[in-house]
Amino acid sequence: MFRACRQLGLKTVAVFSEADRGALHVRDADEAVAIGGAPARESYLNAERILAAARHSRADAIHPGYGFLSENWRFADAVHQAGIEFIGPRPEAIRKMGDKIEARRLMAAAGVPVLPGSFEPVADVGGAEAVARDVGFPVFLKAAAGGGGIGIARVDKPTDLAGAFAMATRRAQAAFGTGELYIERYLERPRHVEIQVFGDSSGQIVHLYERECSIQRRHQKLVEESPAPNLPPPSKTGLASAAVAGARAIGYTNAGTMEFLVDEGGGFYFLEMNARLQVEHPVTEEVTGLDLVVAQLRVASGEPLPWSQSEIVQRRVAIECRVYAEDPSKGFLPSPGTVQRLDLPSGEGIRIESGVEAGSTVSVHYDSLLLKLIAHGATRQEALERMVNALDRCVVEGLQTTIPFLRRVVASDEFKAGRVHTQLLEQGAFNA
Amino acid sequence: MLEEIKAHITGVVFQVTTKAGDRVAAGDAVIVLESMKMEIPVEAPRSGAVKEIRVREGQTVQEGDVVAVLE
Repeated sequence: MFRACRQLGLKTVAVFSEADRGALHVRDADEAVAIGGAPARESYLNAERILAAARHSRADAIHPGYGFLSENWRFADAVHQAGIEFIGPRPEAIRKMGDKIEARRLMAAAGVPVLPGSFEPVADVGGAEAVARDVGFPVFLKAAAGGGGIGIARVDKPTDLAGAFAMATRRAQAAFGTGELYIERYLERPRHVEIQVFGDSSGQIVHLYERECSIQRRHQKLVEESPAPNLPPPSKTGLASAAVAGARAIGYTNAGTMEFLVDEGGGFYFLEMNARLQVEHPVTEEVTGLDLVVAQLRVASGEPLPWSQSEIVQRRVAIECRVYAEDPSKGFLPSPGTVQRLDLPSGEGIRIESGVEAGSTVSVHYDSLLLKLIAHGATRQEALERMVNALDRCVVEGLQTTIPFLRRVVASDEFKAGRVHTQLLEQGAFNA
Repeated sequence: MLEEIKAHITGVVFQVTTKAGDRVAAGDAVIVLESMKMEIPVEAPRSGAVKEIRVREGQTVQEGDVVAVLE
């Protein structure tokens, strides 16, 4: 973000909590403003404090990043009300896509395939059972206000429904403030493939092709790559056109991602839209050679999209591995602490995005993502070899990380062959 | 016999799900910790009665800290 601003000659202001006083992003900005205590609700989730910091530093625009308030339409609206530009989609688009049931309805109406399931909240266990019998078990119960994999429950048979319904309602209520649930058909061995889209205020919308993101734990991504290997050409073009049609239907502006599941026959179904920049956007940047964050800044300032569809080409192959402070040998339990030593790989085709350095404290209060390793190459083989080497050379001491797990993923036959699906991890394909 | 229940990770106490006097079975959540946006239960290692809860909601605990005592 700050790199893109510097490139455009823009000054930057970081906000930070008490826990992040010495953090990298604070030193990297031209200015920094303290906004409150370590718990996120006292700082990074506190819209008032962030707006006050923006006013104090006379900021023209706010980039919400990809966590915290980035998909909170009320925050985006409050930013606009304060006369500050929000670098992202319009609040209305965030609201529509944040309600996962409304998103299903809007996408279905736009001709985008969605999974069989409910198009209204399921009121109670009886209502859930009627829908589940209709679409066929197993099903997923999901939170209407969900996202990030929270509040998803798989239900295999009718007798499990009551318990799962109560549990999912409670979790959704705790995480999102509303317990509303909906139902989607469960697919066996689906791939998670998403399309990067980008729109400007004149209504022009382009796509920047797909990212394959099937290697996940807790419905959250660990490895992403583009182009998606072994994706049938009709699915590839179908996904891109469906994503553009869906984004157009809601008048989408700025960067966004349409997420889909692809079944074994190549059929695809809309999952949800992330109305923001995503963690894995560097994959697309390395593949296309285009800078998404610079484009976000330009489009937010009212400029047209910097590229036409025909100028966007998949020139290379890129793979990203997410290094989290988690212990893969203990079911990915969090591993907060202090980074004692950090050796980062470098070299041809390697890009690193790190939020930490040696000496950084990794707090219990925030997400466990430490850094992202991105490898690209002219071929998938070259990108993969570079990633294997990068993971071998990447050393993080002081806390447990996902690096040993990531090494097993990139060395696995399934990954090497590009035959992945979202259930590989639970099936034990990458066990030590 | 008294048995201390220790936190297996560092985190913030998200929820105290039991109180002194409650009977718990092995595997029941005695408290729930929140760490790095994940909710992680601290489970009773065996069945028994909760003698004491040593933490309160919002408190930070380190890995290995005693959070409760089972009798």
